[in-house]
Amino acid sequence: MTEIPKEEYVLKGTTACAGCSASLSLRYVLKVAGPDTVLVIPASCSSVIQGTYPNTALHIPVYNIAFAAAAACASGMSNAFRELGKKTNVIVYAGDGGTLDIGIQSMSGAFERGTDFLYICYDNEEYGNTGMQRSGATPLGARTTTTPAGKTEEKKDIDAIIAAHNPPYMATACSAFPQDIFKKVKKALSIRGPTFIHILAPCPSGWHYPPGKTIEIGRLAVKTGMWLLYEREYGQVSISSPSKAAMKNPAPLEEFLAPQRRFAGIDPKTVEILKQRIAQNIKRLTKEESGVC
Amino acid sequence: MLMVATGNRAVAEAVRQAKPAVIAAYPITPQTGIVEQIAEYVTHGDLLSRYIPVESEHSAMAACIGASATGVRTFTATSSHGLLYMHEMTNWAAGARLPIVMANVNRAIGPGWNIWAEHTDAIQERDTGWLQVYISTVQEAYDATLMAFRIAEHNDVLLPVMVNLDGFLLSHDMQPLETVEPGDFIPPLHLPHAIDPTNPVAYGPLTGPDQYFRFRWDIERSMRDSVSVIRQTQAEFARRFGRTYGFTDDYRCDDADVVVVAMGTLGKEAEVAVDTLRNEGVKAGSMRLRWFRPFPKLDLAGREVVVIDRSYSFGFGGTLATSIRASCGIEPYSVIAGLGGQEVTYDDIAGFVRNRRIGGEFWFGVTPGV
Repeated sequence: MTEIPKEEYVLKGTTACAGCSASLSLRYVLKVAGPDTVLVIPASCSSVIQGTYPNTALHIPVYNIAFAAAAACASGMSNAFRELGKKTNVIVYAGDGGTLDIGIQSMSGAFERGTDFLYICYDNEEYGNTGMQRSGATPLGARTTTTPAGKTEEKKDIDAIIAAHNPPYMATACSAFPQDIFKKVKKALSIRGPTFIHILAPCPSGWHYPPGKTIEIGRLAVKTGMWLLYEREYGQVSISSPSKAAMKNPAPLEEFLAPQRRFAGIDPKTVEILKQRIAQNIKRLTKEESGVC
Repeated sequence: MLMVATGNRAVAEAVRQAKPAVIAAYPITPQTGIVEQIAEYVTHGDLLSRYIPVESEHSAMAACIGASATGVRTFTATSSHGLLYMHEMTNWAAGARLPIVMANVNRAIGPGWNIWAEHTDAIQERDTGWLQVYISTVQEAYDATLMAFRIAEHNDVLLPVMVNLDGFLLSHDMQPLETVEPGDFIPPLHLPHAIDPTNPVAYGPLTGPDQYFRFRWDIERSMRDSVSVIRQTQAEFARRFGRTYGFTDDYRCDDADVVVVAMGTLGKEAEVAVDTLRNEGVKAGSMRLRWFRPFPKLDLAGREVVVIDRSYSFGFGGTLATSIRASCGIEPYSVIAGLGGQEVTYDDIAGFVRNRRIGGEFWFGVTPGV
């Protein structure tokens, strides 16, 4: 059993939606990181979650920065701290829009330059802060306010893009598995250089399920293989335990899709494509773990 | 030390002596000489800074913001499209009250691609909360850069400063340069709002209208306070190093009936035109505007004024002419010249004065007039 510290850095009084799993994930991230940490946050749900000036619900310094600029800002900050001889953790906490779309250039640059920081993308598969518009992370078939008939393109594989930068450590995680998040953040922060964690963060307000089901939806994403949990340390892939069983015998995808109104009326052909993609991803990841690829 | 140097080299030399902890920059013609020289200094240990070779200008300014927020000295340099690309972040730097110093090598904006001198790039940054100084010689590039750190980091200012030098005309021109030993001319930076994990603060979170409005006023208040800081800094520079600078550089203005107002190298060129005109019996003078933000009070009452603009606000007028009109309550003769690096000689400038039509506007080489 992982010992989770009692200290809280996400205080009461956040302005997150009910059932927000991005703030839940952040709670565990900060429990690992501890007080000698600066969080860099681009425009995202987390700009809202922290509360409004002069109050803050986060008990660590938070540096808010423009949408496209989080990784670059963190890059400057990390270099300055190291120049000052300080070991302060610099953690970017960015959404999928700020990572896969508008922030991809500065993120790629910071990884290529070997910036000593942890970049966390909490992925709610939409522009949540602005009212649930499509992002590059929105899955095929999902309805958003800008894809009212369902998205016609597939989710961008940001993890493959990050992997191409050869960071010393990267991992996927899911808000429904806090102990897994805890372990991965701990490992990432113990490694010098650029590290990346991609956290799937189900969003009741945008995925349209009751807030009380936020953990259940996250678990179903993993159980169905729609979301695969793994680590890639110096190139070596290891599949995380919650995904191991699921990958051998994934639950029917419909169990994940049905409770979410964003998938209401999804075309059976689209569901087939999603299923094929899951099978391919499982095959690819299994091969990568065994080193045969 | 006496040497012959380009404007780019002069800026880099001043940066070496100011010792920023973090420099983040992206190359663009004609600024490249600055970042290449700084990279040389850092590589060979002549400057102990972290040099971050970012992937864009947007990131250059973002990285300077992140570094500056920890309380260390920062520097970047850019030009033209690079400056426009970082525009979102230049606003952020001023709003976050970070004393970042930037050299901007003034260059035209495409299309068509044009790498030569024009002020449109910096003028489009006018309302961001940056202090802007425009210089006219290689020596001044060096001096102004040293002073920029002291001004930006002064507790009454804490706003970023942009040092503007004309592309190629200054960035690549070789002129004599006398460097100094700055000593404690630039005191250590003490940023009152530096990030401190033992005192957790949210920087730049969601802010309601009342407080936001107050923050904007705070920028303006510091901009006004910067006037005396600039004056003190320039006086202290003159006392220590013997070179005197003002908000304007006035040449034979005292008894002048007609005054040429311009920024950058055109303002220097105007001094030769003034001599020519004086020989012809025209009581001309030149007032080269150095500080565009904060905009100084100019003593132009009772004279005719010829303003030369190296930028234009489409649908309204020359930017400098507009500023003179508004701040001095006078109607100048507005000459638009030198766009896209157009050659403008002192003879041309003398011609503008001879053929002035007060209240009129003339696009040199384009519209009929002279």
